[in-house]
Order: sequence, then structure tokens, then C-alpha cells
Amino acid sequence: MVQNIIDVRNLSKSFDISSKEPGLKGTIKHFFRRQTKSLKVIKDISFEIKEGEIVGFLGANGAGKTTILKMLCGLIYPSEGSILVSGYLPFRRKENFLKNITLIMGQKQQLIWDLPPIESFYLNASIYDLDKFEAKKRIKKLSEMLEIDEELFVPVRKLSLGQRMKSELLAALIHEPSILFLDEPTLGLDINAQRNLRKFLQKYNKETNATICLTSHYMKDITSLCKRVICVHEGAISYDGKLDLLLKKLSPVKEILIVCRSEEDAIKLKNSGFTVKNKVKNEITIKIENNSITSSLKTILNNFDIEDLFINEPPIDEVIGKVLIKNDYDI
Amino acid sequence: MIMISNLINRKIFTLLKVQYSNMLEYRVEIALWAISGIIPFFMLNIWTNNNLNEAINISDVLLSRYFLCAFFVRQFSVVWVVFSFEEDSLMGKVSPYLIQPLNPFFRYFAQHLAEQITRFPFALIIAFLFFIFNPKSIWIPDLSILLLSIVSTFLSFLIQFLIQSIVACLCFWTEKASSIERLLFIPTLFLSGLLAPVVSFPPYVKSWIYLTPFPYLIDFPANLLSGNETNISRGLSMQILWIFLLFPLFKKIWSEGTKKYTAMGS
Repeated sequence: MVQNIIDVRNLSKSFDISSKEPGLKGTIKHFFRRQTKSLKVIKDISFEIKEGEIVGFLGANGAGKTTILKMLCGLIYPSEGSILVSGYLPFRRKENFLKNITLIMGQKQQLIWDLPPIESFYLNASIYDLDKFEAKKRIKKLSEMLEIDEELFVPVRKLSLGQRMKSELLAALIHEPSILFLDEPTLGLDINAQRNLRKFLQKYNKETNATICLTSHYMKDITSLCKRVICVHEGAISYDGKLDLLLKKLSPVKEILIVCRSEEDAIKLKNSGFTVKNKVKNEITIKIENNSITSSLKTILNNFDIEDLFINEPPIDEVIGKVLIKNDYDI
Repeated sequence: MIMISNLINRKIFTLLKVQYSNMLEYRVEIALWAISGIIPFFMLNIWTNNNLNEAINISDVLLSRYFLCAFFVRQFSVVWVVFSFEEDSLMGKVSPYLIQPLNPFFRYFAQHLAEQITRFPFALIIAFLFFIFNPKSIWIPDLSILLLSIVSTFLSFLIQFLIQSIVACLCFWTEKASSIERLLFIPTLFLSGLLAPVVSFPPYVKSWIYLTPFPYLIDFPANLLSGNETNISRGLSMQILWIFLLFPLFKKIWSEGTKKYTAMGS
């Protein structure tokens, strides 16, 4: 039985936010009497994550995904509730806990800007109590996995964004953490670099059975890495479950474009009880529910003279986009 | 004990090595910073041109040695951690360091030490030039005094580092902790001995100044190194006392502050 490695119960986080009215009057008022209010950004959330799972956190900007990750890795203190990660209270930041985790934030770097990445790697290795021999071995292994070589000896400031991100990953993984918190790791990377990074994460997860918590606005990251997603809407969890179930729920019908041999066939098809989206000459687009696609297609192919047909999957971004504006997906 | 020695041997040594490599990338800037620390020489000029030293019974030679030593002590005890930490904190750069098993202040500490090592040759050149123009001031301090002065300068650096680290931690509450540091700048400038030896203050004021940490930042180590009359055991004890007072305060404010950390900018 796979154990829970992350256990979150009734977690909430509030921030004190100061507000200011616009204009000079507002500025003066703000100078003399500052108004602050407590804003609850995470509202009573609970979930568990099993060892080796890759979980994607989905939500609009400001939904609270990054705040959740920051609390899970112990960077910020929760206001209410409890978190256990690998048996530790993250905020206590015990050495053994910190040696077990890593946090990677896209566009935020820990590498020393003016020195080659290799210097930062050895520095991190010593921070995590690795001896030089072990550090060398891990750098070699990870640089092969990440396909970086000469870049290790070039000052960070001279590396491209993709090369820098790979180096950041190497620096963050040198201690072989078993839990990875990744906050938009592919932000700003080109398509090839994104794909390589995803491949690397899959490989790392497979080889080390590491648990990965990931936020990303690139749906490809989520669909290719995560079987499970947690949707966050205004600080609360709106869905926690399998990604394919969510997709089915969000997109229950498929559109099928059918090209008939003649316009007469298209008219017959239109009048045969299917939900028709539109019809142009001998081309007709119908909507069929996911669970009856096979039987419907059989009926159509047996009863009508069909020249060609195309099944249109709705774009994944469009489907997932619905998650960002809705707040309840009970499945 | 083993853990501490491991920390010093491996983590700090590697940190120092890496930070030194980093500092060498900025050698021109460091040379300029070293040159920008020549306030004591201006003060020496003002003092000697106006014969102010006669009022406190210090000869020209001893006074010039004092200000040269003040320059040296300042070079190796200058601290800017509040500015670095404030920037890193506001930009979110401190976040990755917070989840590493090493307090981020060790990084800043190593950065300062590395900068001091880089600064050393430039400070020597400035001292060499000073002696060319003031040949009468040349002296060779006693080895034991030299060693005590190095210890005292390091303790002065520790005091300043702790004071600024405490102020830096206020970032967790105010975001602009450097403005609080400005408040400390004035007493540091006037009471530390950078502009005038503390001995030149009226006796009543002096007795109060010696209760603060400021005279132990420059005045005491500079007097020690230059061979001026000073109470060595009292000076060193006061430096150690201040470190023992400031360190727990820093630890407390750090532990409370990190609870307030919001990881802005990241």
C-alpha cells in the first residue's frame, strides 16, 4: 500500500493587505491612516498526496496555487490547519525535512549570476552535506539526464533561459530530494525546452519515485505529467481527482464533422434526431455525447452514404480554461 | 561539536571559496569601494591643520597612525547585509535559501568575508601611499598587538554584522528596513571614532558612549593597533559582551520574522 507523503487538513492562510484609494487625497489619507484588512487567500482546504504521485495544481492567477506550494515546502507559515510532509511540519524547517524537498520557481534563480553553474552545484552539494566524490557523481548523472555539458562552465549570465532553467533544476536536485515542488517550471521556455523538461521530470519520477507537486499555466505540462489534478478556485479546492475524469466532465460531447456523398444525405442526417451544430451543403457538424460515440457512429455509417468524417476534440486549453472560472466539479 | 566543525570546515569554507570567486568578478568595484573609505584621512587633515590634537594630548604622529588604523578597521568591518537582505527579500531571492539547510545569513557572512579578502591588497596600496606622504607615521606594531587588533577588528565586524542582521530582519515587518539602518548611521559615524577619537569627547559624554557598542567598532581596535593608550581587556570584553547580547536577539527576531515571511516576489 502506497503511503501518503503529504497530508493537509483544514489549511487556511490569511494575509494582511493594505489598500489605498487612488489620487492625491487617497495618498495623503493612506499616509496618515493606513487601512489594512485581512484577506483569506486559502480557505479550509484538505487533501492527501501519495508517495510517487505527480499532482498538478490548476487555477487562475491569484487562485492560491503558489501559496499552497509555499506552505507545503515550509516557506510560509499557515494561519490555520495542519500540514504534514514526509512526517514533518514544514514550517519548522528541520534539516532532515529540508534535505528531502526542493522548490523550483520558474524565473526565480538560486544560481550565482556571475559564476558558472558548476560553482553553485558544488556549493549546494556542501550545503546538503555531500562529499566531493558524491557531488561529482550526481552532477554527472543529472547533467546527462538534462543534456547539459559545456554550459556548466559558462557564467550563468551568459546562458540562455532554457540552459539556465536546466542548471536551476540540477542545482535544486543535487541532493536527490524525494518531494519536488515546481511552480511554473516551464515559464518562458520554448516548446522544445518545455518538452525536454517534461521528459526529464517523467524520468526523474520513474527512477526515484519522487513525489511531484506542480503548478503550470501550460496545459501540456499538466496533461503529459499529471494523472491527478487539484483545481483551486479563490483559495478553495473545486476539484480533486483524475485529470481524464475532469476532462470528460468538462467536455461531455464531441463534435463530428461528417462529409456526405450528397446534400440529400446531409438533409436526411439532419432530420434523423442528432443534435446538429451546423450544415453547409453536404457537410454537417453534429454533437454526440462521449459515452455514445461508438454506437452513434455505427448507426451513421450503416444508414448514410458517408464520404469522410472528422472527430474534433475540443482544445485542452479551452476545456481546462473552464476550471479557472467555475468553482465546483463534483464527480 | 562535530556538527559545528563540519559546518565550519565544509559549508563555510565552500561558501567562502565560491563567494571569493564571485567577488573577484567585481575587483574594480571593490577597489573603488576601498578608495571611497578614505574619510579618516580627510578627518586627519582637518584635525592636524587646526591643531585640534593638542587639546587631547595626542601627537601628530599618533593621530595620523590612529586615522590610518581607523581606515583599516573600517575596511575590514564594513557591513551592508541590511541592503542585500532587503533586496533579496523584496525580490523573492531569499526564498530558495530559506528552504536550504543553512541559514541564509551564512551566505551574507561569507560574502562579507570574501569581500574583505578581495579588499585587502587595495587597502595595503592605500596604506603604502599614505606612508609615502607621511613617512614619520611608519611603525611596526608588536606581533601580539597586531594579532589582538586582528581579533578585535573581527569582533567589531561581528558586532556590526549582528546589528545590521537584526535590522535586516525587520524587513519581515516593514519591508524597508534600510531606512531604520539610516537611524543607526549617525551614531555610528560620530560615536565609533571614525570622525574623531572617542577620547576627544567631554568626560560625561564619553562615559555614556562607552556603554554603547559604537566605540568598540572603530575607536577601540584603531587605538589598539596604532599603539595609543587603551584598556585592552575592557575593550575586548565589551566587544564579546555585545556579541553575546546581540546574537540571541538576532535568533529571536529571525525566528519570529520568518513566521511573518510572505515570500513576496516569488
